Amino acid sequence: MRAAAVKKMPRVSSIGTFLLLTSALFAPNACGQVTFERLRNSAKEPQNWLTYSGDYAGDRFSVLDQVNTTTAQSLVVKWVYQTGATGKFETTPLVVDGILYATGQDDRAFALDARTGRPLWLYQRQLPADIRPCCGRVNRGLAILGDKVFMGTLDAHVVALDTKTGNVVWDVATIDYSKGYSFTLAPLVLKNLVILGVSGGEYGIRGFIDAYDADTGRRKWRFYTVPGVGEPGHDTWEKDSWKIGGAPAWMTGVYDSSTNQLFWPTGNPSPSNRGAGRAGDNLYSNSLLALDPDTGKLNWYFQFTKHDEHDWDATQVPIMIDSGRKHLIAQANRNGFFYVLDRTTGKLLSASPYGKITWSNSKDNVGRPVPNNESSPTPTGRTVCPGALGTTNWMSPSFDPQTGLFYVSAREQCDIFSTAPQPYEAGHAYYGSAYFPSDEAEPYWGALRAIDPENGQVKWEFRHPSPTWSGILSTAGGLLFTGDAEGNFIALNAATGKPLWHFQMGGAVYASPMAFAVDGKEYVAIAAGSSLYAFGLP
Amino acid sequence: MSRGQVTLFTIRARDYLPIPLPILALAALLVLLVRPIAAQARNPFSTDPRSAKAGEFEFRINCALCHGLGARGGGRGPDLTRAHKRHGDSDADLFRNISQGIPGTAMPANGTNGQGVGMTNEEIWQIIRYLRSIQVKAPSKNLGNAVHGKELFYGDANCSTCHMVEGKGGRLGPDLTSVGASRTVESLVESVRKPSQRLAWGLTEPTKEFAQQYETVTVVTSDGEEIKGVTLNEDSFSLQLMDTAEQIHLLEKDKLRAITKSRQSLMPSYKTGTLSDHDLNDIIAYLLAEGAK
Repeated sequence: MRAAAVKKMPRVSSIGTFLLLTSALFAPNACGQVTFERLRNSAKEPQNWLTYSGDYAGDRFSVLDQVNTTTAQSLVVKWVYQTGATGKFETTPLVVDGILYATGQDDRAFALDARTGRPLWLYQRQLPADIRPCCGRVNRGLAILGDKVFMGTLDAHVVALDTKTGNVVWDVATIDYSKGYSFTLAPLVLKNLVILGVSGGEYGIRGFIDAYDADTGRRKWRFYTVPGVGEPGHDTWEKDSWKIGGAPAWMTGVYDSSTNQLFWPTGNPSPSNRGAGRAGDNLYSNSLLALDPDTGKLNWYFQFTKHDEHDWDATQVPIMIDSGRKHLIAQANRNGFFYVLDRTTGKLLSASPYGKITWSNSKDNVGRPVPNNESSPTPTGRTVCPGALGTTNWMSPSFDPQTGLFYVSAREQCDIFSTAPQPYEAGHAYYGSAYFPSDEAEPYWGALRAIDPENGQVKWEFRHPSPTWSGILSTAGGLLFTGDAEGNFIALNAATGKPLWHFQMGGAVYASPMAFAVDGKEYVAIAAGSSLYAFGLP
Repeated sequence: MSRGQVTLFTIRARDYLPIPLPILALAALLVLLVRPIAAQARNPFSTDPRSAKAGEFEFRINCALCHGLGARGGGRGPDLTRAHKRHGDSDADLFRNISQGIPGTAMPANGTNGQGVGMTNEEIWQIIRYLRSIQVKAPSKNLGNAVHGKELFYGDANCSTCHMVEGKGGRLGPDLTSVGASRTVESLVESVRKPSQRLAWGLTEPTKEFAQQYETVTVVTSDGEEIKGVTLNEDSFSLQLMDTAEQIHLLEKDKLRAITKSRQSLMPSYKTGTLSDHDLNDIIAYLLAEGAK
């Protein structure tokens, strides 16, 4: 896979990158449309950022190295684009041949001149008043194929926009949004399919992952993440609880083109914080699914947290790592454990804590951490670590094949979980218990942690004064980029975690950074506050 | 909602076809009866005992973070069991405050606290029903002598050295002008007797502006000077603090020799030997009177 290929590649010098970029700019395919071939071989065009995580492996690693441990101190703002909207700005832009495509708050999408930040077009969706987003009017980005970019919307539509004008090419309704369904993730495109998973784990939805024909918007398949009557796994639900069983799939999956397997993570069962009424493991909540992307058929699954009562979605972006002859997939899970699986078989290879854990002190026969008797919510409230927001959340991790380290934004916060039963009503919030930080607990804090996937050990950490909602980018320049809740954008040495440069952007970060190049010049971009920033060398 | 457009109402010619009068009358009656629930000034659930229980659970999920599990005030949000509420006592006031938030305070509008889902109008009314069910009938009897409490506050008890009330007093500690309205008597007593017990900190991102308030920090500058004070703000690279002489210091962390933080408050712990229960009650009576203004 991509990671292994990079490992063998000698470190590209800045001049080498420049030549590579220059030649890439003049390569015939680079000026044409994005094809599946280009998506599969994204490593060949490091000046572009073609998918949400930068490549199908999900590693959020850029081969660009013009900005490196020596030059990072000189970084400056090259441009700023303001959306003019309020609320969390969670996008990761795509860049294709000098044009940047991104989404913003309230389901807007836009294209910019990636050198100057000057807009080319803006699409603003007119959302109905009764949409049911759980956690803000957010969107995390687009997918691209041919002359179209694709967006999932808060009213549960999938929209294809023309790359040159932003005009709507097709727009399909997927399900009744008023029952709590929405899309917030960036879709994943492979072959001629647009794949996306639904949000709504707070509303008692029945989760699914959909694939649409990129040309027409016609649905090719739907995989329900809660099995129906007669399907394997259906018996892991009590009575009719499966009908409102949750298991959303609200983050972008990854794809192994060599074996044609699609890996997609799923979220919490509903109600999110109350197990009574849904006895059983509650498949396929909080799982990693390996699907055949042509049919939507399940090849294998691994459930991280069975019968979850703490809102520990397993939706974190998993990363495919190739180590020698081993084909792995790793996830830093919201429940506080770092899992490594064989991605051919789904077999668990290791599970190691990377933050404070109180809910488990033993493992089952396959090595999966199991809950202890002190973890279920109670009427008077019980403190559990991690809290409901988890040891990490949706912010992207990164894997750097040069250091061999897996980087994650971690949160240290314990919560009191107190039961609060709610009846199910379509479109109403459906948690089943309350959670809030304890007055007596330590103030919460965060850290960027570097995990060695070989042994699951945290090698070092860079501490944040408070937890960040920023993901992490690693680059061949020996750097990590991340943002913080205090508004800083920070470059760190990827080997040591030492901060090398920072810039105060004036707004908290709820997004994951990416890198691109135009005219042989490298840029690093991040959303903060209501602005999209692009940094580069003077 | 195709093509990014929304159509609110489309009136076509055939909508104007004659409609029989009885149907029109029935429609008019329905419009009068089925008014939007939010527009009501009174709680539609006020006589439904089950809704108090449902409201309690909604309260835990949406409100207890600041107002405490039993609505007695969590050290951040006010005690909501009191009959008198600073921003209005009527059902309509409560509905407005929950729906829209209270500008200028930490009370967010429904669904905007950054965590979780907003409530429906019905759920808000259930919460109001719950609050009515636990409301303490009569205001607690006068704790003490507010006039004497004021004398102590600005005199022998030295409170005003660090705290302001209505623009008069010190700056190192929090402004106490409205603290009597927003904190329980128990939490006020605790703050004086055991000031380090619960230092305030930001719990959710929207309340982060309060993050490090009242945390004690001691720094040593590059030339060896030691500065002690409270943190006004902090990030990974800089620190803004007010020292005990109310001087503001704007510091770059990489230029400091040492930074030591403590959850031990700079506020002295007032034991009964220093401040009797009787005098403390007078001071609290003064703060409650100020808070009720």
